[in-house]
Amino acid sequence: MKTQKKTMLTGNKAAAWGARMAGVEYVPAFPITPQTEIVETLAKWFADGTLQGKFTNMDSEHSMFMAAGSAGATGVRVFTASSSQGILHGMESLYTITGWRTPMVIVNVSRALATPITLEPDHNDVMSTRDCGLIQLHAETCQEVFDFVLMGYRIAEDPDVCLPVLVNLDGFYLSFTREPVLIPDEEEARNFLPLYKAMQPVFQASRPMARASAVFGGATYTSFKLQQDMACRNAEKCFNQAAQDFEKYFGRFYGPVEAFHLDDAEYVFVMSNSFATKGKSAVLKLRQQGIKAGLLKLRLFRPFPGEAIASALAGHAKVAVIDQNLAPGMGGITYPEIVTSLYSREDRPEKILSVIGGLGGKDMDDQDFMAIIEHLDKPDSGTPLYLYDEKDVSSFNRLQQIAKLKEALS
Amino acid sequence: MTTSTNVHKKIKDLHPNEAIAPGTGLCAGCGGLEGLRLGLKELGDDFLICNAAGCFTLLSVYPFTPLKGSWLYTTMGGSVPAAQGVRDALDIRMRYRGLEKKEDLNVIVVAGDGSSNDIGFGATSAAIHRGLDFIYFCYDNEAYGNTGFQLSAASPYGSATQTTPSTDVHEAGTEINKKNLFEIWKAQKPAYLATVSPREPIDLSNKFARAKELKGPRMFICMSPCPTGWGFEPKEMQEIAKLAVDTGIFPVKEYFEGEVVHTVRPRKRLPAEKFLERQKRFHHLFEPHRQDEVIGQIQKRVDDYWRQYE
Repeated sequence: MKTQKKTMLTGNKAAAWGARMAGVEYVPAFPITPQTEIVETLAKWFADGTLQGKFTNMDSEHSMFMAAGSAGATGVRVFTASSSQGILHGMESLYTITGWRTPMVIVNVSRALATPITLEPDHNDVMSTRDCGLIQLHAETCQEVFDFVLMGYRIAEDPDVCLPVLVNLDGFYLSFTREPVLIPDEEEARNFLPLYKAMQPVFQASRPMARASAVFGGATYTSFKLQQDMACRNAEKCFNQAAQDFEKYFGRFYGPVEAFHLDDAEYVFVMSNSFATKGKSAVLKLRQQGIKAGLLKLRLFRPFPGEAIASALAGHAKVAVIDQNLAPGMGGITYPEIVTSLYSREDRPEKILSVIGGLGGKDMDDQDFMAIIEHLDKPDSGTPLYLYDEKDVSSFNRLQQIAKLKEALS
Repeated sequence: MTTSTNVHKKIKDLHPNEAIAPGTGLCAGCGGLEGLRLGLKELGDDFLICNAAGCFTLLSVYPFTPLKGSWLYTTMGGSVPAAQGVRDALDIRMRYRGLEKKEDLNVIVVAGDGSSNDIGFGATSAAIHRGLDFIYFCYDNEAYGNTGFQLSAASPYGSATQTTPSTDVHEAGTEINKKNLFEIWKAQKPAYLATVSPREPIDLSNKFARAKELKGPRMFICMSPCPTGWGFEPKEMQEIAKLAVDTGIFPVKEYFEGEVVHTVRPRKRLPAEKFLERQKRFHHLFEPHRQDEVIGQIQKRVDDYWRQYE
């Protein structure tokens, strides 16, 4: 293991450096806040010759993901990035390219969805891609962003997978936060991830082929879909393999989930992405007060590592699944998946609470985590718990008051 | 005049190669398929078709393909950006990864008029803007044919579609004009732009031969008589296509280096209604009573068009 250079990088820059060290050859791009810094950085590197290949300014995310997919099908290593409305605009293309089974890495910088339009993060954007067949890795730190991009190509390009990998990071909280990031030299990165050589047939004159042809009949459709499901499930094994190799080369190990003060925990917060750092801080403070809290952080979200999650949560009394997303009329999106993974366990938690928080970038502070503990302790508390308290109500009322005043004046 | 470089003079000059095998799932008498067949003869077998959702999606139904070249089904609005990705990837591999020139592909988009005029319109404009090196083949049957013939932006005034039927209140059926895709694309100055008709195979072949030698966006709009949607017998396809040209309703032309040339000019234009009366979609203009005003409007628009070039 060689020494790695420690550099201060934002989450966005870490994503761009990940793509650079992966030796990406093609980046179709379309700007969207808070992702734009990633593609700007890559544009410069292609323009000045640091990266060999092509950067193409596309006309929409729908077009961008199509170009990314077809370039992947033509045998180059592809990277692209998006966020929020861009993910929604590109959704048809995302379903299309996962069906094409073309490897690539996509970085999503999470941002809440309209309406109302906003810039700050929550996870409804990435959760909207939950069922389209992407592999999903969720990053808490800038280091994880960099590392997951490198690992992502290993998983995406594995012949047993051949699917796009999406690496998620939170807008603003991580995209524009500088943290120290260890970057290996190029030779070491190349040892872990050799230059791209497609493992599947790619378009070229000597190999004519029809791809993504129409099918008639549910059985044919199902055959293709089950292959896609199998490929996606294979990615858990590939993730673990890539994680082992990654540790060998770079000394950092990533499991599909991360346990934080979990062993003796009576209260467990299940979290993902940058807010997990806030959760970890709350755990330490709660422990100072004698409350045995712990945290389970989700990293691999697709394929869903149900066994790893259930094993980590079984035996703990009270679990709060904190979703920074909202399915109106239902609640948190990851909550039912986690409950399902535990259902058949005899030692499943006695209480699993759904918590909705952090919507549109709303902060989560120590009081919020204490409210969750109190809610878990109440015998007849309902679920979900919305982290929206009196101070939030009064701040919203203040704005409403201003709106009314203006109306009165006009 | 660009037509002086024509390589084909007679039908027997046309390339004997067939890149599309017979027996596809497309309708009998499809004018667009004949246009594509003739076009591919000129382009050779080293091609990849990026297909937009539409009638021609039925060319390749798993596990069959009638094509000698490659095929990628995309989405209704995503065929052109898919072509961009393939073109870029081939260029990258040839420049940096040692892919031999003989492995290169002619990247072709095959899309209907609905995709071309409506859902894929913006992405196509963007590709012309980027100067994408590709061939675009729009088979124009003047409606959303594959879904049962609904109004597209290419549906002509006076035609009946499933979503613009002729009624007592709206006798004309379609009351708005066909979008002028040729002029819109021309405004972006593509490397080459032409309209072609399956009834004019020599003209069509010469245009593809010319386009093959060029780089950049090369755009084709192929008049595609549609037996099922227009309402005529499949065997009449060539006659209907001929009437479209002979009445002047469908101008056969090309745009190259800033100049528009009508490559096939009807010597004496037949009355428009000779074309209209043969098709069910215009039936309401003649039965139960003759709609002289609508027919007159259609004729006037044809005459106004040609007056510009007289």
